[in-house]
Amino acid sequence: MLSFNTLLYKEVLRVQKVAFQTLLAPVLTALLYLLIFSHVLEQHVEVYPGVRYTAFLIPGLVMMSVLQNAFANSSSSLIQSKITGSIVFVLLAPIAYWEFFLAYVLASVVRGLVVGVGVYLAALWFAQPPLQFPAWIMLFAVLGSALLASLGVVAGIWSEKFDQLAGFQNFIIMPLTFLSGVFYSIHSLPSFWQGLSRFNPFFYMIDGFRYGFFGASDISPWFSLAVVAGCLVGLAGFTLALLKSGYKLRL
Amino acid sequence: MSPAVDVRQVHKHYGSLHALDGVDLRIGQGEFFGLLGPNGAGKTTLINLLAGLALPDGGQLSILGHDVVKQYRDSRRLLGVVPQELVFDPFFTVRETLRLQSGYFGLRRNDAWIDEVMHHLDLTDKADTNMRKLSGGMKRRVLVAQALVHKPPVIVLDEPTAGVDVELRQTMWQFIQRLNRDGHTVLLTTHYLEEAEALCNRIAMLKHGRIVALDSTQNLLNSVVGCRVRLKLAGVLPAALLPQMIEQAGEDYLLELPSYQALEPALAELRMAGVAVQELSLLQPDLEDVFLRVMQVEHEVARPC
Repeated sequence: MLSFNTLLYKEVLRVQKVAFQTLLAPVLTALLYLLIFSHVLEQHVEVYPGVRYTAFLIPGLVMMSVLQNAFANSSSSLIQSKITGSIVFVLLAPIAYWEFFLAYVLASVVRGLVVGVGVYLAALWFAQPPLQFPAWIMLFAVLGSALLASLGVVAGIWSEKFDQLAGFQNFIIMPLTFLSGVFYSIHSLPSFWQGLSRFNPFFYMIDGFRYGFFGASDISPWFSLAVVAGCLVGLAGFTLALLKSGYKLRL
Repeated sequence: MSPAVDVRQVHKHYGSLHALDGVDLRIGQGEFFGLLGPNGAGKTTLINLLAGLALPDGGQLSILGHDVVKQYRDSRRLLGVVPQELVFDPFFTVRETLRLQSGYFGLRRNDAWIDEVMHHLDLTDKADTNMRKLSGGMKRRVLVAQALVHKPPVIVLDEPTAGVDVELRQTMWQFIQRLNRDGHTVLLTTHYLEEAEALCNRIAMLKHGRIVALDSTQNLLNSVVGCRVRLKLAGVLPAALLPQMIEQAGEDYLLELPSYQALEPALAELRMAGVAVQELSLLQPDLEDVFLRVMQVEHEVARPC
């Protein structure tokens, strides 16, 4: 148990030691999105009746930051320690593969949530979305960040160079987030794109998360919860199997 | 009593390379064991398999009776490995690094031992320095300290003195020898053969993934038959001794005799020829002779294949 606690502590300590880059920078990025999109679109779009566009946008941006940072954390921590070779210290230790998995995922969830809270608090200056169901907000934030953290573990193990990881980020994570309804409701899309969005797990994470704020969503939050939880269980199983086999870590 | 290290018929392939080809090796508890071989012989592969950093394709390895694959948590707890590469985590100070490493091995309050290890490796002054700011030699010391935080009964050092100054080598070996006297088993790979000769009580030589020599250091040294004699003569070497000459520079000759018993007849030959011996020294065989001979013999045997 102490081995696991130490690895978790080390991962959180790493985030804290470079907080400027891991916590502050993503909050600033999200605020820039908010500033620009709300300024341009405020007068044009009303997604839910009585909800200003800026208020609608905030939960989407918060969740996007949570997800991207959870992914960035586990993937970049792993690839850095693989490239510097310091991962050997963890591999030499009597740490079970599932402890390894949990430590990296939990530390990334922590970073995702801290960034999410930071973005939310800073965004309150622009608009104040209601908080209808905080438990739903928390649930989707935790499950979503765990899902992305697990994906980050896979990407970190698979990538051998930083540009491979960047490819993962640019060609998978970014398109899926931008096409998930962070900036719009999918009901405003043509039916083809609406249909396609339903195959994007990010859509369910954002939509369910947003439900916690407004009590309104594009689809039932229970369905979103089932999709997100199902994806998490599947991906976690895959990641654990990868770690157990020693794929690319124990040659 | 289980051997400290038990390796049975271990095979490891990397693509078409047969890095380990049926290695068998048992190291008793408390031994100071040397693993020698040229670059690419498979030394580091064998150590990686023992440490769980790589998985074997065939055969079994165990540390004090614990299988390194099936009982990996037990075997890793018993093993302290100093890796060959100079690796470090740039986020932490020396003390943080050692505390984290203790935690990985399940040790909560380990500061007394951490302080002792830092003291013995001359790291106390650097305890609160970030790893990035340390010199190469200092980073190497931290690697040794990290391997020892959990007082492992079996210590593996993979070329720990490569590129390290004389002072650190001295302090490090004193500390490792003390641990060995206290009962810790030590497995060492090194390119410095004089180091292996001075420290190890038993030695295995590895080539092309196979063990080509395995014996006590003394027996290996004794296996160099014959002796070498350096002579300074007041005259020319008699023709009868020419077959034994392997080197000549002016009046200095180097002879290789089949045994110590051949020394007296050789001196008699010189006396009969009226050549006075001005200086004489007997050269002791060292591990380098053994190493070169073993590697060469293997080469010759291997050639017809």
